[in-house]
Amino acid sequence: MAKPLHEPGAVVDGFRLEELVHRGGMAALWRVSRPGDTTPMLMKVPRIGEAADPAAIVSFEMELMIMPRLSGVHVPKFIAAGDFSVQPFIVMERIDGQTLLSKLSELPLPFAQVAELGAKVARALDDLHRQHVVHLDVKPSNIIIRRSGEAVLLDYGLAHHDQLPDLMQEEYRVPFGTAPYMSPEQLRGIRNDPRSDLFALGVLLYFFSTGIRPFGEGERLSTMRRRLWRDPYPPRYLRPDYPPWLQEIVLRCLESEPAWRYPTAAQLAFDLGHPDQVKLTARAERLMRDPWTTVLRRRFNKDLTRPHGKEAVKAQLISAPIVAVAVDVSEGSTDLNEALRVTAGRILSTLPSARLACLNVLRQARLALDTTLDAEGRNKHIERMVALRHWAEPLKLDESRLTVHVIEAIDPAAAILEFLGANRVDQILIGARQSSMLRTLLGSVSAKVAAEAPCTVTVVRPSRAIEPEGAGPKSA
Amino acid sequence: MTKINARWDWLTEAAAAGVTIVLIALFADIHANRQAFSACLQQARADGVERIVLLGDYVGYGGDPEWAVDTVMDLVVHGAPAVLGNHDEAIGNPHERMNVEARVAIEWTRGVLGASQRQFLAGLPLTFNDAGRLYVHADASKPGSWIYVASTAQAADSIAATPAHITFCGHIHRPALYSMSPTAKMTAFIPTADVAIQLMPGRRWLAVLGSVGQPRDGNPAAAYAMLDTDKRELTYCRAPYDVEGAAAAIRRHGLPNSLAERLFKGE
Repeated sequence: MAKPLHEPGAVVDGFRLEELVHRGGMAALWRVSRPGDTTPMLMKVPRIGEAADPAAIVSFEMELMIMPRLSGVHVPKFIAAGDFSVQPFIVMERIDGQTLLSKLSELPLPFAQVAELGAKVARALDDLHRQHVVHLDVKPSNIIIRRSGEAVLLDYGLAHHDQLPDLMQEEYRVPFGTAPYMSPEQLRGIRNDPRSDLFALGVLLYFFSTGIRPFGEGERLSTMRRRLWRDPYPPRYLRPDYPPWLQEIVLRCLESEPAWRYPTAAQLAFDLGHPDQVKLTARAERLMRDPWTTVLRRRFNKDLTRPHGKEAVKAQLISAPIVAVAVDVSEGSTDLNEALRVTAGRILSTLPSARLACLNVLRQARLALDTTLDAEGRNKHIERMVALRHWAEPLKLDESRLTVHVIEAIDPAAAILEFLGANRVDQILIGARQSSMLRTLLGSVSAKVAAEAPCTVTVVRPSRAIEPEGAGPKSA
Repeated sequence: MTKINARWDWLTEAAAAGVTIVLIALFADIHANRQAFSACLQQARADGVERIVLLGDYVGYGGDPEWAVDTVMDLVVHGAPAVLGNHDEAIGNPHERMNVEARVAIEWTRGVLGASQRQFLAGLPLTFNDAGRLYVHADASKPGSWIYVASTAQAADSIAATPAHITFCGHIHRPALYSMSPTAKMTAFIPTADVAIQLMPGRRWLAVLGSVGQPRDGNPAAAYAMLDTDKRELTYCRAPYDVEGAAAAIRRHGLPNSLAERLFKGE
């Protein structure tokens, strides 16, 4: 069917093979060029023919189906594909840089660096999950950081697309993936849970921050299956200086039951980006593994992880949005703040996995004379945090669902917009200030946010009776 | 008497002009639902369809069998391949096994249709081969036995019975897509509406279409499919339609009320 042999200098469908970059069990990677095109490109050619792994063909078919549908900075740009029946190949953007595999000699990395790297990968996963894809093979060799800083996820040969037939699922009874990173549910043959990628990222974070793989390197199925019931050593057991917030995040990713992990990659990225806001639970305190009694109970509990229905990836993401609310805690906004709270409460009560980020912008003057202390020497920043928590208190949210953020900025709208983009916020609630001197002078923050936000914007105003034009307040 | 209806001339014009047919719309289980089939045809035409394929069960259940058969006859005159469904067969065969409601509707339909319409239905083939594609109402292994493709095993039987790269069928009123790899491994998939699926040439496919006139997958919108032969892409489509109107036609003719009710829920 296909000619498996390629030589440097050969031309395939207009692409000139320059250099063999990698030859793996499933495919070979060539650096290729095309006249009049300066894009750095790679060609992936599957190993097909005698002695080839039959999975190579299926995994290549999956990649061929999935890659052309992906877009954005977190995936290699798809350029071309060869006719499968003539010469199968995929040409894609070649990302400048090295995979995270190159970091292995430097492990363990400093905690802050691990968190930063983890947040980048989590944002990339969030973007991928929003495109209906679960990667299912997240590991250092499949991640490259662009020069511009974004993580890129490589290799979609084991991936699952929520809206396409999963050729891997039915084809093989044994699970596919990379042993040290594979989630317990993947071992059970479940391929449509985006939280499997969060487990793999948890393994990577654990490994990068301790230098040790939490579940070893075992490739044997019996060894791999142990993670279904056996928890890893807490990182603090290995490194006494391990920060509790990072242990909280890492162990939450490594929970054997997907429902106990972060509900979305965006929520994980959020915590990695705000260590001071991570809600610490018993996970953060643990110094030892679970006692054997607990392990045995898990060992014989067959009830864990039932398969999901159709379009599970989408359903999981929709159920766990990050909702931001911009609250003006200065006096005179009582009605508006109440309306904001009611609206936030409606969303949060219908979605138990949603989380709320309360924002307040502490306006800075353009001249750099500002201090964070006011005339009476009080810390304005802390006062605002306290006021935000007070505003949110009636919502009675579990602490793990609530964060407060005071942002110091000259331009409130720009600061809010930046927060929304950086934190993958799904929806922002913002109050429409009624006619005020400030609004006349400064323009409307809500209008600018509504026009430019990368997410849904809900402009909230207190309900009131409509009065005839120019009538002004009067008694009936 | 076959009436030639000029409103389908665009179908033959494309073929006559020698243009390669790329976009094919496929319809199964129309079941005399005028409102549903009209909505599908309108939507498919707006999307640039160049050829129409009809997968059987034009009558039964619904209140507009004459219109449905006339429309199908027109489309066939204009080049549309059409195969026989079990309800179409039952018009000429009173011994066909059916549930009570289906039988009530078929007996009423038999009385309503004219001789030429009944003759047309009786003359339809069980299968139709179209450039590597097989069209059949129920399943390819025993087309006249009206087997429901309700499992991967039944899908495998159908695929194994034909050399066709893609088989299109209906009958079960619930959309599904099956494939068989060169090593005879099966995949099963419930398609998402409006998402194009590339039918990889290395494997063989069985596309089970949802129903135009009586959807049963919990979505009341009419179901059909579009195939892009150039890109080898199949899209399962849904067309919302005037369910009230279709239900009213069923009730007007005194057919079982449950046949009208189920249209609202698509079950």
